[in-house]
Amino acid sequence: MAIRRKTFDWSTALITVCMLSAAVVVYLRDGWDRFAAVFFGDLHIFIDILPKMAAGCLIGVLSTLLIPRELVARLVGAESGFTGLAIATFAGIIMPGGPVTVYPVAGAFLAAGADIGAALAFVTSWTLLGYARVLVWELPFFGADFVLWRMAVAPTFPLLVGLLGRFIAKALLGREKKP
Amino acid sequence: MMAFAVGILLWVIVAGLLVVAAAKGGSLVETGLREGALDFLRLTPRVAIGVVGSGYVAAVLPPEVLGGLLGPNSGLLGTTIATVAGALTPGGPVVGFSVGVAALKSGAAAPQVIAYTTAWALFALQRVVSYEVVAMPAYAVWLRVAASLPVPFLAAFGATLIGKP
Repeated sequence: MAIRRKTFDWSTALITVCMLSAAVVVYLRDGWDRFAAVFFGDLHIFIDILPKMAAGCLIGVLSTLLIPRELVARLVGAESGFTGLAIATFAGIIMPGGPVTVYPVAGAFLAAGADIGAALAFVTSWTLLGYARVLVWELPFFGADFVLWRMAVAPTFPLLVGLLGRFIAKALLGREKKP
Repeated sequence: MMAFAVGILLWVIVAGLLVVAAAKGGSLVETGLREGALDFLRLTPRVAIGVVGSGYVAAVLPPEVLGGLLGPNSGLLGTTIATVAGALTPGGPVVGFSVGVAALKSGAAAPQVIAYTTAWALFALQRVVSYEVVAMPAYAVWLRVAASLPVPFLAAFGATLIGKP
């Protein structure tokens, strides 16, 4: 799961301090009415997203239990060429887990001799399309319209990064290896 | 309407996964429900702080400043600023998404915010340094970063082309 298993973390503390300071400024500058208007407006949004967040957490945990990491690794190693990039993109979408699990899996592809383009497409797909981050974080914060808008274009990017990465690797690393 | 449909779809997926988990047997359903509930409890205060708090940050930021820097007419410069800001944003998802929502609420245009969240997802220095470089060969990391450079710009451009659904 993308959520760290800690009850306290520094980024949340930092954000809390920023938000509280902003709330105090709004109260002192604009008075109670404005303060309450902002609070209840956003509280409404927050309550609205709670059921979606609950579903997102359950999907994240259940799919982590049901999709073994080895399956994802086998998927990516099996094909090359453009098909390989497409499969790697798909694997990145369904890959459960956070950064702690995803990068080592990509590293393992490379160590096992997988195509660099596929490894890059996999990581890119996970960062941009991975369901865990989208469901648990992006959907609650931004809402469905925004997420769907961003998602409409995003699936092409892992393919692009894979192709471009392959190209650069050929142009640079290939030359370095054979001087 | 769309948000409602997404909510229904999510719970349909949950039900499907629960059926599969039940078919596999063991304590999968129980473990899944318990872990999921714990994640939800851990997440709720963070999202509450981010969503409610970003309204105050948006109220404090002068809209003309952010609107000028990242607004609908900020164009390529706005996208570049958003991309650099995304790469430099420290911390986990709470920070990245809270900042994005606050910007959106205080006058930034959606394509620029899409560039911001995309750049944050691809380049966030803290994640690259503390997780990626450790687990992957260095040349693969730099290759990925180099090949991803155009992506936030393409994401913003693509969002403009499609228009809001």
